Amino acid sequence: MSVFEVFRRERAGAPMQHAGSIAAPDARFAQVYAREQYGRRGESTALWLVPREAVDEIEDFVDEFDLKYRRVDGYSIKERLKEARERAGAAAPRAGR
Amino acid sequence: MNERVQLLLALADDELILGWRNSEWTGIAPSLEEDVAFSSIAQNEIGHARALYELAARELGTDADALAFDRSLDEYRSAPLVELRRLEWARTIARHWLYETADAIRLEALRASDDAELAGIAAKIDREEVYHRIHAEMWVDRLLGSDEGRPRLDEALGELWPYALGVLDEELRPELVRRVEAKLGRPMPDAEPVARGTHEAELAELLDEMTMVRRSAPAGARW
Repeated sequence: MSVFEVFRRERAGAPMQHAGSIAAPDARFAQVYAREQYGRRGESTALWLVPREAVDEIEDFVDEFDLKYRRVDGYSIKERLKEARERAGAAAPRAGR
Repeated sequence: MNERVQLLLALADDELILGWRNSEWTGIAPSLEEDVAFSSIAQNEIGHARALYELAARELGTDADALAFDRSLDEYRSAPLVELRRLEWARTIARHWLYETADAIRLEALRASDDAELAGIAAKIDREEVYHRIHAEMWVDRLLGSDEGRPRLDEALGELWPYALGVLDEELRPELVRRVEAKLGRPMPDAEPVARGTHEAELAELLDEMTMVRRSAPAGARW
């Protein structure tokens, strides 16, 4: 048995997203199984099947110097904004503005 | 009962009974993926049966459920092939493939029918049957390609061949012989078809199980 990763597109224009995986003896079986598991309820407009061996995996990531401004969650500028406003003598904006 | 209704009931009964037989694998198929796939095929067959019963019911002034569940055993027009209980995988695949091959021939003939409604429903059913045939053929190829699978499939095909011939009317049988021989690459033996009109002993047991819930409720209960 081989494992195939299955990706599905929910509607035209939507990105392919990982749906799950299928164990099958070969690609022909995998296509039949994927169609039944991820397509029979009208939940997909297209499927991609990728043999798991074909997937290159990377899972080592280093960030030794704490370059947190690169991260997706960014870093907080709340304090620095407040200081800047005080220097400029401006009041903090009213809520809702 | 006119010929058209008899034809609709024969098709519907085949699909209903085979749907039930195939669904006997739900939960115990060879792999989880196969379980989902084969159960889905079984549900499709029952869906086809419903559509066909609805057409027949309109002419008979009844409804699909009544035709599916309220007839007596001798009123069913199913082919003996679909009635057999064969809970062994090679036999199940042999029956599945023989049935789908025969059904394809029958649906092709119906699609060419002058009766637009019959031609239409045959075309609609066939759009799903395409995937049943892909499933059946991939399994036949897989079993034929292994030293353990080949003799088991061959034995099952030998056992079921007279039954497979019995699914079709006489004029369509030569085409079934041709397709089966082309796939297997060997001649099939001459056999006396086990034709529609008789029933296998296992059918009584199946009908009993199939109608159990329906019989348990008062007449006219709605689900």
